[in-house]
Amino acid sequence: MLREPPVCPVTVGAVPDLHRATLANGLRVLLAPDPNTPVVGVAVHVDVGFRSEPEGRTGFAHLFEHLMFQGSESLEKLAHFRHVQGSGGVFNGSTHLDYTDYFEVLPAAALERALFLEADRLRAPRLTVENLRNQVDVVKEEIRLNVLNRPYGGFPWILLPPVLYDTFPNAHNGYGDFTELEQASLDDAAAFFDAYYAPGNAQVTVAGYLGDDVDRVLALVEEHFGDIPARPTPARPSFAEPPPGSERRAVSPDAHAPLPALAVGYRLPDPGADLDAYLGHALLGSILGDGEAARLQRRLVHVDGLVTDVSASAGLMGPLDARDPDTFTITAVHPPSVDPDRVLAAVDEELDKLAAAGPGADELARQVARWSAALHHEDDRVMYRMLGLGARELLYGRAELAVELPDRLAAVTPEQVREAAAALRGQGRAVLIVEPGSAQPEEEQA
Amino acid sequence: MTVTAHRTAEDIGRTTLGPRPLPPLGPTREVPLPDVLDVTLATGLRVLVARNPSAPMVELRLRVPFGPDATETDDAAISRHLAAAELLTATLLTGTATRDRVAIDDELAGVGADLGVSVDPERLQVGGSGLSAGLPTILDVLADVLTDAVHPDAEVVRERSRLVERITVARAQPHTIAREALQRKRFGAHPIAREMPTGPDVAAAEPTDVRALHAAGLVPGGAILTLVGDIDPHDAVALVEQRLGGWTAPHLARRLSAPPAVVPSNLELVPRAGSVQSQLRMSAAALPRLDARYAALQLANLVFGGYFSSRWMENIREDKGYTYGAHSGTEFVPGGAVLAVETDVASDVTAAALLETRYELGRMVAVPPTADEIDAARRYAVGSLLISLDSQGGYASTLASLAAGDVPVQWLRDHPARLEAVTVEEVAAAAGEFFAPSAFTGVIVGDGDVIGPGLRALGGVDLP
Repeated sequence: MLREPPVCPVTVGAVPDLHRATLANGLRVLLAPDPNTPVVGVAVHVDVGFRSEPEGRTGFAHLFEHLMFQGSESLEKLAHFRHVQGSGGVFNGSTHLDYTDYFEVLPAAALERALFLEADRLRAPRLTVENLRNQVDVVKEEIRLNVLNRPYGGFPWILLPPVLYDTFPNAHNGYGDFTELEQASLDDAAAFFDAYYAPGNAQVTVAGYLGDDVDRVLALVEEHFGDIPARPTPARPSFAEPPPGSERRAVSPDAHAPLPALAVGYRLPDPGADLDAYLGHALLGSILGDGEAARLQRRLVHVDGLVTDVSASAGLMGPLDARDPDTFTITAVHPPSVDPDRVLAAVDEELDKLAAAGPGADELARQVARWSAALHHEDDRVMYRMLGLGARELLYGRAELAVELPDRLAAVTPEQVREAAAALRGQGRAVLIVEPGSAQPEEEQA
Repeated sequence: MTVTAHRTAEDIGRTTLGPRPLPPLGPTREVPLPDVLDVTLATGLRVLVARNPSAPMVELRLRVPFGPDATETDDAAISRHLAAAELLTATLLTGTATRDRVAIDDELAGVGADLGVSVDPERLQVGGSGLSAGLPTILDVLADVLTDAVHPDAEVVRERSRLVERITVARAQPHTIAREALQRKRFGAHPIAREMPTGPDVAAAEPTDVRALHAAGLVPGGAILTLVGDIDPHDAVALVEQRLGGWTAPHLARRLSAPPAVVPSNLELVPRAGSVQSQLRMSAAALPRLDARYAALQLANLVFGGYFSSRWMENIREDKGYTYGAHSGTEFVPGGAVLAVETDVASDVTAAALLETRYELGRMVAVPPTADEIDAARRYAVGSLLISLDSQGGYASTLASLAAGDVPVQWLRDHPARLEAVTVEEVAAAAGEFFAPSAFTGVIVGDGDVIGPGLRALGGVDLP
């Protein structure tokens, strides 16, 4: 098959209709109206993630996220869930490296109610020992479900960072150690809330159907959130640490895993300082791993037959989801008969080829087209559009980034992807090897 | 923690103003669902198209009934069918007479498209999305693989070994173990119970089996193609007719027969050594969407365990802390529907969680849902339906699922009004009939040494 397939021109992202304000107490407000939907979403992004939790309290940022659903001054325990769902809506919250989000999506008629629910818990959450103990139990079940009771639990997002990073914020397990979760006290929760959940450290995003008057919605936000007293905003720490100078390896036993697996972690450029270099790495991930024509799929899965599945991507919890430092990851699951070093050697060869010649222009254009389409697909849901805008605004001060991303990706050149491949080959890295069965953990420095 | 000056938890939780009243709901915003053009082509392919320009994309779902040959009813024949079907899905996009694996993927990627193929005992589905401007290309590739996929020997052999490895990984997942055990428990030897072939069955499947199954099973008669996106419905139908017109067969796609009704019984303990959690999976009969009592059952299910604010979730998670999640819901099967009640709990509270589950089931009968509980469930059912249909992908998946169940689109339009009309008495009747503890069967997967004694003492559980 030699015919060169056509490549669709990438749709230019529409200029977003965004409105910003900052309340007197420091709370940032972002409004993204969409006249064509019957639903509305409200999200609160707080500028604290699990990288900020103190030593000895791993998992606390996530545990605290659970506590924020347990009632507030005007809302008994269970009332938050009941009011959202009883208004026809859905809700959730999630804890990331550098932020925590809380949100609901509801029929547009429930907009003011959603603002009320979010404001009440940002103003005066009801923190009790009983709810703390209950949610420690729930979080432990969440960890058993997603990590301890299944094969490849926490692979690679919990297992890889301690190999790649040296400092506690970057290296520790954000789900938390059971012993430390059990030691969490009510006073810890009060201290965490007062320090990090100040209105000046948070942002409200409202997206979807806002009626015909954005100012009216802004007035509603002011009405519900405006009397939360201002508190000092915590200084945002730098989590910077030097990249590893060489390859570091660790082996992790997995009693449930039937096949070996490996993860390779590299450092990414700072998206805040050099977005284009970051996007070059992001597209390198696609060139390597996305689709049947991707370099590692062809080489490792089909030509050499070394692995069952392989993936490559920028960002430990997704692209543009954290500030610096963040991780570029390659993972593979392979048969026991294949030595992991053969997999690594093949990965290195493919990276060397890209570092020498870069991807083809059409090869890159196809990945950009597919990624742009995936962004359109995601943004078609009010929930994801809202969360994307809110997170980019909080992390990088530019919600527009979420909308401009197709254009920014389309502007990435093969040379920039080549430079990304060269950058990976020119730095140290972490290699995590998952061994089936119950071997003892060991660590070595290579 | 080392933060020094901060308020106490008690001070944080109160303000001088005190608790505030919940704001009322505002005016309802009506946005009608897009019209659906519903056409059956001469080839037997049914095409459903709706225009929703909310993104410059088109969503595609092709569902082909894909049951085993009705004349082959013995276990070995069904095993061969399921193994070949799984292998067929793995190699459908790996080559035609004019395109190889990479060319197929390049062509789709060029128009921002991603297609996935999956199969279960009931149907094969090709699903995905792409830029709407690329619909002709997507349909070209789809037509090519449907009419001209060669399932090359080398690709079948390579995919076969990968599939065996993937099945090994999947079967190590506790949720897969629990699902397979539940399917066997409630559906016995019926093929619907066998959602994943065995490794040895896949290893024994040959390229010729795959090609034969493609010719016999992957046919347009009875298949449904759903398209939703930034497209003109009439143009899209004409395009489908033009591009997929060559996909023909003299026979119809094979529909899976109806599985047997769920028979109430003791739960079965399925041992998984070293497990730190137990999977509780219970099942009973339910109603299909066209049954007049369906809306009442839907509301009863929400009150029991169908959403977060349900009796069961509030009990075993928010009060007891036994679980991260508990969920009940309806699964549609050929000829009917079944109820599934599912949670994962820590090993040491497994018996306690079963006790609470039985208590909440019993309470549905003895203390039926109140008017307030039903109103909350009703608002949620109407609102979450609105939200789920507010995207191209959500609308496409719903249309495809309704059509596969022979449910007309008008049912969807009428459903909010149907939910509004349900009475407290109708919900009580559904709760009493469908949630009675005596109506259930099921399985518990877990570490038998840890959970066995408690379950034995509780009773109603068969231990190995």
